Amino acid sequence: MAGSSSGPSLMDSLFQRTLDDLIKSLRSATAISGADSPSLVLSRAVDDIRREIRASDQTTKAIALQKLTYICALHGVDISWAAFHPLELLPSPIFLHKKLGYLAASLSFSPSTSVLPLATHQLRKDLSSPCDPAAALALEFLSSPAASADLARDLCVELSSLLSSTRPRIRVKSTAASLRFFTLYPDSVRVAFKRLVENLECADQRVVSAAVGVFCELSAVDPKSYLPLAPEFYRILVDCRNNWILIKVLKIFSRLAPLEPRLAKRIVDPVCDHLRQSSAKSLVFECIRTVFTSLDGFDDAVKLGVEKLGEFLASEDDPNLRYLGLKGLSMLQPIHLWAVEESREIVVKSLGDPDSNIQREALHLIVRMVSDANLIEISTILLNYALKSDPEFANEILGEILSACCRNFYELVVDFDWYVSLLGDMSRHPHCTKGEDIEHHLVDIGLRVKDARPELVRVARDLLIDPALLGNPFICRILSAAAWVSGEYVELSRNPVELVEALLQPRVSLLPVSARAVYIQSVFKVLIFCLHSYLEQDGAGPLVTRDPVGGSQMSESSDAVMFEISSNCSFDSRIGLEGKDNASNVQRAHTSNDSAETKGFLTYDSLKHILDLIEMSLNPLVECSEVELQERARNILGFISALQKVQGSDFDEEGFRRDPRNCKLITVMADAFLEDLGPVSANAQGRVLVPDGVSLRDDLSDLDGILEGERLEEPSSAPVFFKRSDQLSEAQEEDLPSLTESKSLLAEHRRQHEVYYLPKESSEAEKEGYPRANEAPSSVGHGHIAEGSIQDLIKLTKESLGPRRTKPRPVVVKLDEGESVPTASSLKSVEPRDDPLSGVVREVLLQDGDEPTTSRRISSGNPSRRRSKGTMIPRSTGESAPHSDENLGDLQKGGRHHRSHSHRRQGRDGAQSRPETEDRGEEGKVSHKGSHRSNHPRRHRRKEEAEGPLNVIQQAPPGQDLLL
Amino acid sequence: MGIRFVLLVNKQGQTRLAQYYEYLTLEERRALEGEIVRKCLTRTEQQCSFVEHRNYKVVYRRYASLFFLVGVDNEENELAVLEFIHLFVETMDRHFGNVCELDIMFHLEKAHFMLEEMVMNGCVVETSKSNILAPIQLMDKAA
Repeated sequence: MAGSSSGPSLMDSLFQRTLDDLIKSLRSATAISGADSPSLVLSRAVDDIRREIRASDQTTKAIALQKLTYICALHGVDISWAAFHPLELLPSPIFLHKKLGYLAASLSFSPSTSVLPLATHQLRKDLSSPCDPAAALALEFLSSPAASADLARDLCVELSSLLSSTRPRIRVKSTAASLRFFTLYPDSVRVAFKRLVENLECADQRVVSAAVGVFCELSAVDPKSYLPLAPEFYRILVDCRNNWILIKVLKIFSRLAPLEPRLAKRIVDPVCDHLRQSSAKSLVFECIRTVFTSLDGFDDAVKLGVEKLGEFLASEDDPNLRYLGLKGLSMLQPIHLWAVEESREIVVKSLGDPDSNIQREALHLIVRMVSDANLIEISTILLNYALKSDPEFANEILGEILSACCRNFYELVVDFDWYVSLLGDMSRHPHCTKGEDIEHHLVDIGLRVKDARPELVRVARDLLIDPALLGNPFICRILSAAAWVSGEYVELSRNPVELVEALLQPRVSLLPVSARAVYIQSVFKVLIFCLHSYLEQDGAGPLVTRDPVGGSQMSESSDAVMFEISSNCSFDSRIGLEGKDNASNVQRAHTSNDSAETKGFLTYDSLKHILDLIEMSLNPLVECSEVELQERARNILGFISALQKVQGSDFDEEGFRRDPRNCKLITVMADAFLEDLGPVSANAQGRVLVPDGVSLRDDLSDLDGILEGERLEEPSSAPVFFKRSDQLSEAQEEDLPSLTESKSLLAEHRRQHEVYYLPKESSEAEKEGYPRANEAPSSVGHGHIAEGSIQDLIKLTKESLGPRRTKPRPVVVKLDEGESVPTASSLKSVEPRDDPLSGVVREVLLQDGDEPTTSRRISSGNPSRRRSKGTMIPRSTGESAPHSDENLGDLQKGGRHHRSHSHRRQGRDGAQSRPETEDRGEEGKVSHKGSHRSNHPRRHRRKEEAEGPLNVIQQAPPGQDLLL
Repeated sequence: MGIRFVLLVNKQGQTRLAQYYEYLTLEERRALEGEIVRKCLTRTEQQCSFVEHRNYKVVYRRYASLFFLVGVDNEENELAVLEFIHLFVETMDRHFGNVCELDIMFHLEKAHFMLEEMVMNGCVVETSKSNILAPIQLMDKAA
């Protein structure tokens, strides 16, 4: 150090504030600002430390570093500037300083810290130090998140030798550290893996514990690679009395068992033994988890697990156990749903638990119990709960109901009228944020379930006429779906005039553009429908609307009778229910016209009312800056003005009816809206053949940029219904003067741009296949279990049950294979990745895999024989005392090791004494060369070193195979 | 990795000890601590000690004015983690004698040393109190 820095350092050493001083001043710094504020105290302290830490005196430096570590760890101050200083303390002869250096480094370094490589030398020195604490410090540092791949690469040989150290503490720590080495530097597996495996059989339980911990973590990533080690784990499972270890081993087995049925068969008994005998809840729960997740084929074991789980569920005073009880139930596979049903009373009760986590688990379980027989009841109960719950949980409930109902194309829903009105109720839930899902369901049901449309239209109308809903941003998407439904199925509407009024109410301006665009388009559809049916009804007398509206053209919608004209008509039952409601609507729509009562409300006056209303509401939008709105508004207004042009100035009732041009115009438009929209398969586009000479890839790259803004605004399901209307408006705008030709123009357009249309055949085929029968609902498999649960739920929640409806389930249109009903909450499955680590592990294990596999086939599984043959030293007798925290540590005296400690020599010995292993070593080397990218000499040498001991150990497990 | 972090937080939400077993930047740590403290400290005695958060869960336990929060993988055994927390507290209790928040504040490094003995790489490696404390006592004697 230069003289300049020794000056302050002397001062600093004399007057240095200790960590205690710092903490005290921080504690007294309570002022929010000013000289006494904590932030100022901190920055002053950092300034001090900056000076002190450069001191040549080690003690001063250590205290400064100690303060710095404190500030960094608890106050989040960035101390990356001081990264070099911890390194200065690492070689210190004073152990406390060394330790402070290591602590600071492990807390503040990251693998990318630039000075980290400078620590390599000191780490190596400490690792090879005969002094336990120093080696332990280095190992602790190397297993901290600060360790880098380079360190792991440079020090893995040292680690490997420590793995079979005779010093128990070092052996434990190196075993635990090996996990970090393996993940950072997979090739270290070649050097250290065998010793790690060896440590599984160590007499010192602490070493076993650490090794099992490492394998537990490793097997989480890629269980398959560790299957060959099952015998070792099995031995621990049977012999060990330490709960910490057993829990880890059970975790390993729950990952291995699904991969190997014979293994499952073998472990089921020991697991059940632990389950029966253990008094430690943690171990019991782990056993239950293992049974439920991996041994679910063994009914007795599952029954035992369920029985034990009952104790968890029944513990009134311990929310932890109750929570775990529910958690455990949710781990059950679907075939064991009976257990959930058995506990349903507790489960339903838990829905009202003071703990939201318990509520949530109960909710998941209840939803799992849903079948088509009890869907209505359960949904009603849940919806009631949602009304009482806090917003977050309420939405979770709504989401669960939605995803249960839409599962596999509404498989569980029998009564769609009920479901549609449930969607309506959900939309009115004050905290509903599930707009996107509900929107999708409304449109989807409209497309798929023909029989649900009348109710759908009714629900949509109720939503649309409610001005209060317009202000809620969460449900604007639902409203847009409602608007689309009302427009698309307007022939089912009881009162189109009211609908137009609802769609054009002033508060609609609160909606986002995408929804308003749908609103306007729906107005257009309703208008066309009204005009058209007015003409039709005039032609065929007052009761014409009892016939399919639009005569032959409308025949596809066979039950399009819903358009109701007078109160003394005999309604079908569905409408009859709404008779009272309807009467008031009629009143409102026809204040001026008495004849409405007898002739139906589509009088000339009501038409005029609609037209005026549209003109009045949409005129302002002609200048709107939003293209979607402007264009749609102009379309409608253009159409109206075309009508008026045809009509001339005297736009009167008689003239309107008589004029054939009018009729033609309206009929053409009605035809355009006539065709039923069906669901479109997501892969439909893929089936369109690309004709010769058409390139789909050229020059479209800039399209994205152009369309970007527009695309953002459109709701996800929009294309289904925007598409057709866009075509129409195009055709219409081009040809306003000759609207009569629009249809032929459409055909022309189709001919010219065939590519952009779906092939005719396919769409027709789809139409034909439209009423493709779904599976009969009764066959979907609700057995006696479901019946039972209804009984119980009825008992539990009497008040919320309505009468069961007995209706045949309507047809739900499904498309081909690849389709699914998307929900926001659909889960992504995680594929296990094939990382380099598991590759190396498999390689190392396979190297000596052939011998065990052959003997595995011959031998019969007999643990006692295996044990007697084992090369391991006799097991310590000290391992009793179940679940005492001390039972790990007091066993180390048995930790003497029977093998040579110099792995190098051992390696050579092994190779010489067994020529055939030498061969195998050669093979291994060849395969290394092939599969690994670099084979520079240094690593190669290590490989040889490693292979020696590997092969020696290989003779050790003669019982390894007995398990399977 | 079984245990991802160990946090000690007082009633006011101030961090008293933070040990992470995977690398997080200071900002990430601050955000994580804030979120978890908000989530756990508002819970009552009648509620369970397990909170699912993002892709892991927090097992916590309150001792007097201190909350011990341990972030673990979803598969980790909750009760064993509670046991671990208790062991940690008992170990500190044995060392400090009736341990309190101030003991941990003023001897932060010792708390870290104990944790280092108990947990490596997120795995519990030592569960014997005397073994955990032995190196620390040795150091105290030397000092």
